[in-house]
Amino acid sequence: MKKLLTGNEAIARGAYESGVRVAVAYPGTPSTEILENVAQYREIYSEWAPNEKVALEVGIGASLAGARVLCAMKHVGVNVAADPLMTFSYTGVNGGLVLVSADDPGMHSSQNEQDNRIFAQFAKIALLEPSDSQEAKDFVGLGLEISERCDTPVMLRTTTRISHSKSLVEEAERTPLALRPYVKDIPKYVMTPAGARARHVVVEQRRAALAEFAETTGVNRVEWNTEEIGVITSGVVYQYAREALGDRVSYLKLGFTHPLPQKMIRDFAARVKKLYVIEELEPYLETQIKAWGIACHGKDLFPRIGEISADLIAEKVLGVSKEVPEPEKLPVRPPVMCPGCPHRGAFYVLKKLNLPVTGDIGCYALGAAPPLSATDSTVCMGASISMAHGWMKAIEGERPDRVVAVIGDSTFFHSGITSLLDIAYNRSNAITMILDNRITAMTGHQHHPGTGRTLMGEERPEIDLVGLVKALGIDRVSIVDPYDLKATEAALKEAIAYDGPSVIITRRPCALIEKTQPVKYLVKAGKCKTCRICLRLGCPALEYDGETVQINPLTCYSCGVCIDLCPTKAIVREEGEL
Amino acid sequence: MSTVTNVLLVGVGGQGTILASKVLAGVLACLGHDVKMSEVHGMAQRGGSVVTQIRYGDKVYSPLIELGEADVIVAFERLEAMRWVRYLRPGGTVIVNDLALPPLPVLIGQAKYPKGLIEEMKQRGHRVVAVDANSLAREAGNARTQNTVLVGAMSRVLGIGSKEDWLQVIAQTVPPKTVEVNQRAFELGYQAQ
Repeated sequence: MKKLLTGNEAIARGAYESGVRVAVAYPGTPSTEILENVAQYREIYSEWAPNEKVALEVGIGASLAGARVLCAMKHVGVNVAADPLMTFSYTGVNGGLVLVSADDPGMHSSQNEQDNRIFAQFAKIALLEPSDSQEAKDFVGLGLEISERCDTPVMLRTTTRISHSKSLVEEAERTPLALRPYVKDIPKYVMTPAGARARHVVVEQRRAALAEFAETTGVNRVEWNTEEIGVITSGVVYQYAREALGDRVSYLKLGFTHPLPQKMIRDFAARVKKLYVIEELEPYLETQIKAWGIACHGKDLFPRIGEISADLIAEKVLGVSKEVPEPEKLPVRPPVMCPGCPHRGAFYVLKKLNLPVTGDIGCYALGAAPPLSATDSTVCMGASISMAHGWMKAIEGERPDRVVAVIGDSTFFHSGITSLLDIAYNRSNAITMILDNRITAMTGHQHHPGTGRTLMGEERPEIDLVGLVKALGIDRVSIVDPYDLKATEAALKEAIAYDGPSVIITRRPCALIEKTQPVKYLVKAGKCKTCRICLRLGCPALEYDGETVQINPLTCYSCGVCIDLCPTKAIVREEGEL
Repeated sequence: MSTVTNVLLVGVGGQGTILASKVLAGVLACLGHDVKMSEVHGMAQRGGSVVTQIRYGDKVYSPLIELGEADVIVAFERLEAMRWVRYLRPGGTVIVNDLALPPLPVLIGQAKYPKGLIEEMKQRGHRVVAVDANSLAREAGNARTQNTVLVGAMSRVLGIGSKEDWLQVIAQTVPPKTVEVNQRAFELGYQAQ
């Protein structure tokens, strides 16, 4: 019986069936569940690497040793892994390697919406784009075959709607594969200038061979209906087009999109009167097709921004537009820090002291949201610490700002360590706050070197965060409980008074891991003067109904942070049973 | 005439929309339909507005439901029902949990939670099934089974599968210790209209 799987579950299954031995990733939406699912197959060694560059390099080593490998990351993770990727393209593989890039058009959970198909073109490697879960599974096996046959890393590019949509998948058994023998080959694997010059020639020959493969592979196919209109498309957009246009147009459905099948595209274009290239984000297909002198519609009709819908395709291709009711004028519901979130106390104090804050990537990006609105900038993983250093160097001797870099524990291990080394060695007075909630929270609680457990469930000694920070050259390290607003404020004030760099670790597990405290708090009737100071915390359990503030007993986590804020001591412990 | 049925599950991150969609998907898989389902993960789950889209029928292409094409919307909260009601097709049904979870702008006094949402949807001619899932879940024995109460109401409206099919999938989907309370919650939701 077919199974209903997400694209990510299907990719994990594909890795299992095609004999993958090593799978490595760093969590990132929408890619995270790939490795979480791979980890259920005990035949595969799987791990969370500290970051995507390490993940790909571990993968390269495993490939060199002769194993089949799966690496997975979100689109911006490929930026981190770009350094090894660009040169890995030159060395090629031993065991096949598929790199999953999970892109996020529409930025459901990302800081940009870059189109990583361009990365495949940039790195001159093969590119596959599945359009449902069955293809997501099948393309892992196909990708590994291409990788080994053509000696190339292969990018499997999904988007959020592929990774997080479920559709039916036919499963198969695992094909166990022996390790490919390793043969020492310095000219192939050692990329000095002399070696790389020779390899670049091979890469260009490979590109020609891959282009020929693109013409014959079954995953690039014509679905012929009519000569009036032709549509060239790939990925989930194929499904939107089928939904909108049915059998009223002919399709060239591309599953293998780098290099492109030029002859197939020319033939298809010549057979139809009007040609549309429909793709989300960049005009990746369109630019190449137009460069061959083929006239087509594309980004003149469809946006470069966000996702495409079936309705939009119907409107632009068939001229069918339907009456769309305006969005209701309702209060918005943005994501918020959970009740009991340990980050809340840290941001409350930062806001109170009115310090410039360079932020980072994680749940605590919500520190920029009202009412806390504490963060001044968020760019990419690890940037908080290096940006704080740059800020302090720029103002030295001119302005008295004390910048605070705010970064989570997992993000610190990912790419904050080298930034902190920079602060320590090149010396600035930037303050770094590590929000240590003992987990990779935003992506759904994945382990990292500070949690004491691996992806495969093995116990490990937790990395000593204080020892690590000191080893980097930071002398002044303090640990506070972010539920204790007074202690957090005192730690920050001491750091400000100190002439030198310091690190404050706010330590308290994610509220979604630790169970609610077995006490309840309530607002004592008559004592609340409705000053609304407690609402500055932005806690979803504190509700203001226009007259008084109440604590919602269903959502309150009983962290008690609001108690200290109340000037009339109206928030009290409720004794007795829950 | 499309043979695809579109179901939208909407709510607030943390309410259990994903579990409810898993149960529906499980029943659909038993019945041999083509199914596609789309979820939201990541940051939106932190108390934001969340949606799960389910489409089933003979052959399903897109995993997403277009505006004005949902046959049934199951809203886990009143404001979210109103936010997504423009996805409902003419003649479609909204099952709404008669519950208000004020979003942050309301909690901090920057906006007001709208009144009369259920009446407003009825006035617009939608078929509205209001369910007090909170009370029914408590009656079943656990306030956290609100989502299963709504699954019960949904199963009745969709009219697919037998009650036993649904109860069996629930047993396979929820944590073992909570099977009985969830099955009671399903039954109460099923009877609630």
